[in-house]
Amino acid sequence: MGVEGIGARVARKEDKRFITGKGRYTDDMVVPGMKHAVFVRSPHAHAKIKSIDTSSASAMPGVIGILDGKQLTEDGIGSLICGWAVHSKDGSPMNMGVWRPLAEDTVRYVGDAVLIVVADTGDQARAAAEAVVIDYEELPAVTTALAAMKDGAPQIHPEADHNLIFDWEIGNGADVDAAIANAAHVTNLDVDNNRLVPNAMEPRATLGVYDDSEEHYTCWTTSQNPHVARLVMSAFYNVAPENKLRVIAPDVGGGFGSKIYIYPEEIVCLWASKRTGVPVKWTADRTEAFLTDAHGRDHVSNIKIAFDADNRITALKVDTIANLGAYMSLFSSSVPTYLYATLLSGQYNIANVHANVRTVYTNTTPVDAYRGAGRPEASYLVERAMETAARELGVSPAELRRKNFITQFPHQTPVIMNYDGGDFGASLDAATKAADYDGFPARKAEAAGRGKLRGIGMSCYIEACGIAPSKAVGSLGAGVGLWESAEVRVNAVGTVEVLTGSHSHGQGHETTFAQLVAERLGVGMDTVSIVHGDTDKVQMGMGTYGSRSGAVGMSAVSVALDRVEAKAKKVAAHLLEADESDIIIENGELKVAGTDKSVPWFQMALACYTAHNLPDGMEPGLKESAFFDPTNFSFPAGCYICEVEVDPETGKTEIIQFVAADDFGNIINPMIVEGQVHGGVAQGIGQAMLESCIYDPDTGQLLTASYMDYAMPRADDLPSFDVSTTVTPSPSNPLGIKGCGEAGAIGSPPAVINAITDAIGSNKLEMPASPQAVWAALNAK
Amino acid sequence: MYETNYHRASSVSEAASLLAGSDEAKLLAGGQTLIPTMKQRLAAPSDVVDIRHIAELKGISVSGSKVTIGAATSHAEVAQSADIANVCPALCGLAAHIGDPHVRHMGTIGGSIANNDPAADYPAAMVALDATIHTNNRTISASDFFVGLFETALDEGEIVTAVSFDAPSKAAYQKFPNPASRYAMAGVFVAQGNGGIRVGVTGAGSEGVFRSSEMEEALASDFSPAALDAIAVDPAGMLADIHGSAVYRANLVKVMARRAVAAAG
Repeated sequence: MGVEGIGARVARKEDKRFITGKGRYTDDMVVPGMKHAVFVRSPHAHAKIKSIDTSSASAMPGVIGILDGKQLTEDGIGSLICGWAVHSKDGSPMNMGVWRPLAEDTVRYVGDAVLIVVADTGDQARAAAEAVVIDYEELPAVTTALAAMKDGAPQIHPEADHNLIFDWEIGNGADVDAAIANAAHVTNLDVDNNRLVPNAMEPRATLGVYDDSEEHYTCWTTSQNPHVARLVMSAFYNVAPENKLRVIAPDVGGGFGSKIYIYPEEIVCLWASKRTGVPVKWTADRTEAFLTDAHGRDHVSNIKIAFDADNRITALKVDTIANLGAYMSLFSSSVPTYLYATLLSGQYNIANVHANVRTVYTNTTPVDAYRGAGRPEASYLVERAMETAARELGVSPAELRRKNFITQFPHQTPVIMNYDGGDFGASLDAATKAADYDGFPARKAEAAGRGKLRGIGMSCYIEACGIAPSKAVGSLGAGVGLWESAEVRVNAVGTVEVLTGSHSHGQGHETTFAQLVAERLGVGMDTVSIVHGDTDKVQMGMGTYGSRSGAVGMSAVSVALDRVEAKAKKVAAHLLEADESDIIIENGELKVAGTDKSVPWFQMALACYTAHNLPDGMEPGLKESAFFDPTNFSFPAGCYICEVEVDPETGKTEIIQFVAADDFGNIINPMIVEGQVHGGVAQGIGQAMLESCIYDPDTGQLLTASYMDYAMPRADDLPSFDVSTTVTPSPSNPLGIKGCGEAGAIGSPPAVINAITDAIGSNKLEMPASPQAVWAALNAK
Repeated sequence: MYETNYHRASSVSEAASLLAGSDEAKLLAGGQTLIPTMKQRLAAPSDVVDIRHIAELKGISVSGSKVTIGAATSHAEVAQSADIANVCPALCGLAAHIGDPHVRHMGTIGGSIANNDPAADYPAAMVALDATIHTNNRTISASDFFVGLFETALDEGEIVTAVSFDAPSKAAYQKFPNPASRYAMAGVFVAQGNGGIRVGVTGAGSEGVFRSSEMEEALASDFSPAALDAIAVDPAGMLADIHGSAVYRANLVKVMARRAVAAAG
């Protein structure tokens, strides 16, 4: 590795712009004649719209237009889609209700958009929005999945009887039941996975611009995947054909999944720009972010793990009910199914696995992928159950896991996934050593002397990243392929532009992708530019989520680099009168191996563009592209150990130590990887101890709609993390990368809760383990 | 935020006349509650009268055991005051843990007590220190000043100008913060002064800040944490919300009280 190549701790190139306030976000964009939009949203969780009166609002100063759902329908704008078809176990398609970008007859959650108001200024738009009079007939609302399934519950969509969207299963159910019946021990646990609000630092925003002279639309938006946004808005929402729609996602301040989806606001602002004849910008305020960004998690589950007399797992059975909110968001169906139940085998060799998942509509914000998307829910379930089993069996949690680890690869689980590599024992060893796992009893005794309850908890997670092989996801119902594309342009002076379909919204692609180029072409990172986030610049892309930018996006760059290198070597061989197979690329030069003959990289590049002296028949220029489709998911895995002290008088938990030992395969930039783990673990600790999205069960009002009530993790809630990696390269992509973006949020919640339940000696604890919850669990004994 | 007219008053009398001249004026004494409320369009004062820059409202004086703090003195100034630290370090500690650095540099003691948020820290100290609240036309004892949730004894147009108290021989404040807002879920200020022992409790009471006479009596005969062991705080008088039930808050009041007594030494 060089100072800038693969494996180097290079400072992030993009940070100067971010930390000096020079980032360019959607809300920074200004175009001539631009006006401002405010959405009128439902204040009710469930209601019929009886009438809408905009007459006095329309006459207010600065108001350009107030548009409604009927006009949207008249103009042929389509309904929002769910891009992944999941069938019930009886073969029936999912019972999907209609989601109109602007509600026409019925509103189904607090925040459901009804009207768009466009005015000269934001304040004028807000004032007019408040002056609109909508007569609602309130209907009963339901906010939890369990309540929504009951007889007599409010019916949210006519398509979904008892609000059931689908009743899906995976695995070998009969074998699982038989194994449980014959087990020496069965651990049986009810576990909830709390609903979370994503809370990206930058709220969502969009700027829609219609140019009537060209009949062309431009959409600036806070997106993790602008090409997918263009595809969906063209193919399904009938906004404009792809060649007449440019989508630009400039700097984006965090997404965590919530900016994957195409929301009503992008569609409506583009349409409103044509309807009103002015560019229309909308930026969410923080309350709108709480109310309308797709939420995460919200599962209610039961897990059973069966063991034989030798403590080997014979079967695992799960029953889950997932709350999908008021509408099916873009990937909502895949999160509690193919991104969740396929990981329920964990790191363990289990012959029999079965999961049943029911998904349910409620009068709440739509739920979709949020950092980890299904895999945190799976890990939390399996790893809490494993720790519980060890306690019930009276054996070491570490050794129970080790005994059941998969050690031979490839390993076909009963739930689709084929693990292609890993070394779970290595990460367990690394974590237990770093945590001084064996020395815990002495520390517990010492803490007891201070009146503190000390506990230790472990989690051995596995996840599937690099999503994903297009053929595989297609066979499971995905509406899109999940390859990635790249183009590498070598300019005439030898500088390099990489155009990638991955999108950076905090991940540091401008640094890591440049490191790959520096490694491969032997050029300085400062001669490499990474271009992303604009459908007019980048050929095509599927975007960034599921920790796929390294494994899939960079692999596409790598394949394009192979092609650039091959041509560069041909040109150099021609210039140096050598055999192409003797050319090596090193330190900015193309050399003939074993000689002192060389041509500088820039001179070779210039020769490609002057084209005065190229091999016969060779096209001028040096530019190559690639579409990369991985052969499998990648499988990051690791072992996390959390140690806590609980104040028994208040229930307050302090994390004393947090150890993360991850296997991410090969690593491009260890500093960025550590940052991803730190951030992910912070989010996981947030879920485990602080964050909780709470609705009033009667009114459907979001009670935690601001930071006064929604507890985000802060620096003083968190310990210093002990982070390390072990490496088994992924065989499914040329770079051996597995992905690191979500692991921290996947592996940490069970480790934290296992530690707290160990400390308090009670397993009856749900997330978030707030001081009150821990105190209540202690005093319920 | 709705449009409003901003006035920066240069004297208390000017502020009073600006208030009197408007139907819906609000005083701005740091704005750490008012401004967020206005930004959420939950308050729409026609006029905002900023009193934070009035010279006569600013400053700290300590003369013997007598402490006077101008109403426009920021939390950061109280936290960092060597003069107060000499006679009542517990108050500096309290101020140092209000909100975050931004809040502490903008928010003022007058603004805090006039707002009388049931989870604010200063009211507990004021009642425990038996403080006197000075306004532009009278003085009010802290016991009479705090009336209920966000309610004080201030008349329409009356402006808090200062607070004063005699430094206690010992005192301490302990709070258990709300995990989200970091306001007190239970904050207990214990002070031993000339008039005896006073215990002020914030964050927990359903009527706002209150004194615990039961605890005061127990501590009068034995100023030790163990003296509170037998006291049962009644959940019936406690606030309850998604962060803490009444039972949990009642527990926290007792735990924080014991810790405050231990810290006061």
